[in-house]
Order: sequence, then structure tokens, then C-alpha cells
Amino acid sequence: CETQSRLTNDLLHNSELFTLTYGALVTQLCKDYENDEEVNKQLDKMGYNIGVRLIEDFLARSSIGRCQDFRETADVISKVAFKMYLGITPSVTNWSPAGDELSLILESNPLVDFVELPDNHSSLVYSNLLCGVLRGALEMVQMAVDVKFAQDTLRGDNVTEIRMKFIKRIEENLPAGDE
Amino acid sequence: MADEALFQFLHNEVIQYIYKSSEHGEMENGRCITKLENMGFRVGQGLIERFTKDTARFKDELDVMKFICKDFWTSVFKKQIDNLRTNHQGIYVLQDNKFRLLTQLSAGKQYLEHAPKYLAFTCGLVRGGLSNLGVKSIVTAEVSVMPACKFQVMIQKM
Repeated sequence: CETQSRLTNDLLHNSELFTLTYGALVTQLCKDYENDEEVNKQLDKMGYNIGVRLIEDFLARSSIGRCQDFRETADVISKVAFKMYLGITPSVTNWSPAGDELSLILESNPLVDFVELPDNHSSLVYSNLLCGVLRGALEMVQMAVDVKFAQDTLRGDNVTEIRMKFIKRIEENLPAGDE
Repeated sequence: MADEALFQFLHNEVIQYIYKSSEHGEMENGRCITKLENMGFRVGQGLIERFTKDTARFKDELDVMKFICKDFWTSVFKKQIDNLRTNHQGIYVLQDNKFRLLTQLSAGKQYLEHAPKYLAFTCGLVRGGLSNLGVKSIVTAEVSVMPACKFQVMIQKM
């Protein structure tokens, strides 16, 4: 019957499972924690835990080799990783003169589809999981970075902007005996 | 598929979160399972919610269950339910021989006691999906050898 196949069709192309689950998680965290800052921290931590595992999945799927520099890393993140996992390609802009800091501009953010922040959560950084994911993933490839949201459409800004700063290279731990 | 992997990572992290701050023990485990199930319920509702609540499209209850087994399961887990059985009196058993959320856990009996944690969200998902299709139910799951598992749906007369 026609309406049933339309329902089927829409469901099959539906990628809302992650978005809806994420929303349920944020709702749960808001119940569990007193204030938005705590929720933000928790989201970052959980993101970090995901990131340190996601990187392996990413490297296996993309067969990308080692990036030469931070610029290349940023390109891979926006054009390959974001595309692969979230279906979007943020633009990479606002480079600092030293080339160690950049912005990822997300025209649309799949995590916030159908989401509205209630009034009493003005400090909530809803998508903070993403910051943790980036931080955790990059740490596994020897890069310490600081990641935070600079603009957020949920808080009334025109775009969503993630600011990422390279802190330092993490020395690989050599196995004992490898002097 | 990558987006499937992303959901699985999130699902695992949600389970870790729900359990990490809890004590050990029967009561606490039950509370955690309930929290996970409730989260799944809301997501299941949300997945179906975009469509009208017009349930006339389904001939009968069995039709709804077939939809869950084929279309819904494919949308969420990229495969269909392998086997559907019913007693024609409101009880349905959905068998998935290679349940996606268990494949990472083990193949066999290792970690069997942890399996319920990985099934709770999905039980809720099914219950939530059915709820928005006008069907009230209780959904439970059981595993004997991973990654195969069975979801039991008991239709509640409204």
C-alpha cells in the first residue's frame, strides 16, 4: 500500500538514530547534574572516550596516512572524518598567523536537528561531545589539542563554530629497551 | 557503515555512563536497565514520530510486527530480523542471529552476564516504536549464545 512504502522509504533513509540517542543522553545528563557546566564536562569526557576508539575505526575505513602538518590534519578532519561520520563538511577558516589555531564552521549541525534549548540551560554546550571526540582522537595520533565551541546556532548564533588549537606534539612512549 | 559505528560507540558510552556511577547489586542493576530502556523508548518514539499516527496503513497487529522486523530493524541495524514467531495471542519472538550491538562484546558465552546491558536500549527502542504505531507492549530480551538474541514482545490490550 502506498503510504506504507512511503513510511518505509523515509525510515530507510533516516539517519536520526544517532541524533535522537544523543538527545536522550543530553536529557539524561541534565537530569543527573545540577548545572550546565557539569553536563558540558561530562559530554566532553564521554566524547573523549569515544574519540580514542573512533580514531582506529576512522583509520581503518579511510586508509589515510600520517598527516604532514596541522593544516593537513584539519583538512582530513573536515573533508573526510566529518563527512564520513556526520555527513557534513565543515569549512576550515580563521587560521591564526602561527598556523596553530583554526575554526571549523558548520553550516548545519546534525546533532541539533529538532533541538531547542529550554530557557534554564543557557550555559549548556549541547554538542560538546564533539569537542571531546576531536581531542581524544587526535591524542591517539600524538597531538594535544584544545577544542571548544566558539559559536552555536542553538544559542542564537548564525553558524556553529568549533575552535581548535594545537597545543603540542605528544611523544610516543617507546617500549622499554628501545634506547 | 561509519554512521552505524558512531551510534555503536555512543551506545557503549551511554551504557558505561549509566553504570559507572551506580553501586553494584541487583536493585541498582535493575535501575540502570530501566534508565537505558527508557532512553531507548524515547528514541524509538522519535524515529517513528515524523510520520502520521494513522495506523490504518497496517492491516493488523501482525502487519505492524512484520514492519518492525523488516523495515524498522533494517533502518536501525542495517539488517532484518532473522526469524519471527508468534502464538497469535499477542506474544511475538523476534530472533536476530547476529545482533549488531552484541557482535563487539563476544561470540559465545563470554561476558554473558553483561549482555542485558547491551539489549536494554533496544528493548526500549522497539517498545517506543510500537507505541507510536498505536501498539502498547512490554519488550524483553534474552541471550544464550552471543551474538544471537531474542526479543520478546508482549502486546498489551489498551
